[in-house]
Amino acid sequence: MNPLLDIADLHASVGEIKILNGVTLTINPGEIHAIMGPNGSGKSTLANVLAGNPAYNVTRGSASIAGENLMQLLPEDRARRGLFLSFQHPVEIPGVRMDHFMRASLNPIRKHRGENEIGILDFDRLVSEKVQVIDMSRDMAKRAVNVGFSGGEKKRNEILQMAILEPKISILDEPDSGLDVDALRIVASGINQLRSNDNSTLLITHYQRILDYVTPDYVHIMIKGRIVKSGDKSLALDVEKSGYDQFEPTPQ
Amino acid sequence: MATQNKYVKDVANQEYKYGFVTDIEEEQAPRGLTEDTIRWISAKKSEPEFMLKWRLKAFEYFTSLVNEEQLPDWANIKHPPIDFQDMYYYAAPKKKVTLDNLDEVDPEILKTYEKLGIPLEEQKMLSGVAVDAIFDSVSIATTFKASLAEQGIIFCSFSEAVLEHPDLIQEYLGSVVPYTDNFYAALNAAVFTDGSFCYIPPGVRCPLELTTYFRINAQDTGQFERTLIIADRDSYVSYLEGCSAPMRDTNQLHAAVVELVTLDNAEIKYSTIQNWYPGDENGKGGIYNFVTKRGKCQGRNSKISWTQVETGSAITWKYPSVLLIGDDSIGEFYSVALCKGFQQADTGTKMTHIGKNTRSTIIAKGISAGYGQNTYRGLVKIMPNATNSWNFTQCDSLLIGDECGAHTTPYVEVRNSSSHLEHEAFTSRVSEDQLFYCNQRGISIEDAHSLIINGFCREVFSQLPMEFAVEATRLLELNLEGTVG
Repeated sequence: MNPLLDIADLHASVGEIKILNGVTLTINPGEIHAIMGPNGSGKSTLANVLAGNPAYNVTRGSASIAGENLMQLLPEDRARRGLFLSFQHPVEIPGVRMDHFMRASLNPIRKHRGENEIGILDFDRLVSEKVQVIDMSRDMAKRAVNVGFSGGEKKRNEILQMAILEPKISILDEPDSGLDVDALRIVASGINQLRSNDNSTLLITHYQRILDYVTPDYVHIMIKGRIVKSGDKSLALDVEKSGYDQFEPTPQ
Repeated sequence: MATQNKYVKDVANQEYKYGFVTDIEEEQAPRGLTEDTIRWISAKKSEPEFMLKWRLKAFEYFTSLVNEEQLPDWANIKHPPIDFQDMYYYAAPKKKVTLDNLDEVDPEILKTYEKLGIPLEEQKMLSGVAVDAIFDSVSIATTFKASLAEQGIIFCSFSEAVLEHPDLIQEYLGSVVPYTDNFYAALNAAVFTDGSFCYIPPGVRCPLELTTYFRINAQDTGQFERTLIIADRDSYVSYLEGCSAPMRDTNQLHAAVVELVTLDNAEIKYSTIQNWYPGDENGKGGIYNFVTKRGKCQGRNSKISWTQVETGSAITWKYPSVLLIGDDSIGEFYSVALCKGFQQADTGTKMTHIGKNTRSTIIAKGISAGYGQNTYRGLVKIMPNATNSWNFTQCDSLLIGDECGAHTTPYVEVRNSSSHLEHEAFTSRVSEDQLFYCNQRGISIEDAHSLIINGFCREVFSQLPMEFAVEATRLLELNLEGTVG
């Protein structure tokens, strides 16, 4: 069986600045991988590069989803193949209702899977069911995309979209940043509910605390655009205790 | 970003889908504008004496403005001088038509409207919509006239109204937009050839959406029509105009006048979907749309609401306005103006509060793409006696690409201290972040643009009658559609 996400020697830059310096990582179905690292280590860049954000240039290496090369695909085509990015800072789109937006999103993805477009009524039922995953009222689907959402609502809204789109590989870029303990529990519970043997998750985080609720199979430490150490959950606790300095390469 | 640049380029170069020419013989007035042209038009229409007199007075005033070079120059638009002697002021299909029998309308013309999506056979029409079809200078057909007449509603061409209802015309013609109002209003009053007329009697709620569809076909011909709508006390009407023109590399002038009057407790809802030919990708050709639209809330507690979706024309110069005379009357202006390619729009509204407790709402959305230049120009004027009046203004601009422009010029003039005004404005860009967010959710770049733009326009589209809201959304999408490849 193919791994769901296979990243090999990935290098990327923004303008002249090199940010990723050879990331290699394999994620199999059913696995949750956490990537931890200090600010500026390239975690969000990795997420954006995988999703195809045109602001980043891939200079070397490759990445594939279920055996299919991602690098030549447009961002929307990556999404349609089951790649989902939960944004660290979800953008506002004034005047566009969440339910309209999510249906505009789900239908091309369903089409790619060979399924029929979903009608308005069926979609409404789907939303009513999925808002429970993140403990929100379905009224939020009538609000404009992220407009006037609190920080916590924005993060939950990302998980709601993940619940509706049912991606194969979810890249969660700091889904815990700025959350209080209650919101963190809800987001973590959503991630756990959506976990299955057919999908996998790449969870990017700065802090260990979300890993108290979402148990990763692997933890990777990223420093200066490279994964410098991999291990199990205990590695995260190690970071919590001793910080990231211990992983910094020592000058030769 | 490569994808967006490509998209923006496509948007700027989007093809115009209504640019065909109908090949029929037309009768034209001699080229140029003299007193004889006006007499010729008036005679052609067998008009009563009062009409000819009014036209000639208007022409005299227009001539004085031309001689004194009093052309309007305050708008944020640029165009070469217009040679008023180098165009035709009247063009009409040669085949004689009687207005009530479609069998006698040239089949080519029926086909034209069919192609534009406005079939004139009543059984084929959108249910609940009556249409007056104006082809160049004359009205071709008015549908559902008979069934409307049963309720006392008059809906007919302007020419017919002049002959059949001269009292109403004499009372109201020029009562909202006098021929001295401005340069193009003077020109229109002198040479207008047709248009729509509508009268809703007291207490009647018009059961159909009334529509006028304007089509320019003949070359080098200006279209000058006048619309007059009167809503008598306690009545209601919703009215919509649409328009299109062939693609030509010369500019054509469209200088219309619309006058609305509401008496006590009456309401007129006037919607426009303007899709005149905007010119080619180099800015060659297209319609100069210089239009004066004004409503008069004459009665107490009456309401006039303008909604416009302006997607076409090389230049749009229009300010649908409301004179709030009756106490407690309400004026509204909802606008979406799109400028792409080399289009220019200078549009907005004037709300003049004269009566007490009068209220007005202005929501203007400007979208600029390509090299388009979009200006919102508005005036809210509150007179000393208009105590406890209220205005809310919101003018927002959305920019697509780096070469376009958005400008806002809101004027406010308040002459009492009990009135309340609010003003909001923002300018935004379709951001790379928004596009990427949509793309990441599986939404293509085109769909993402139309989603974001429709969201931007939502408050205005929601004011349109249902059938037309769908049409407006589609039109905007067509205008912004890009080809991927």
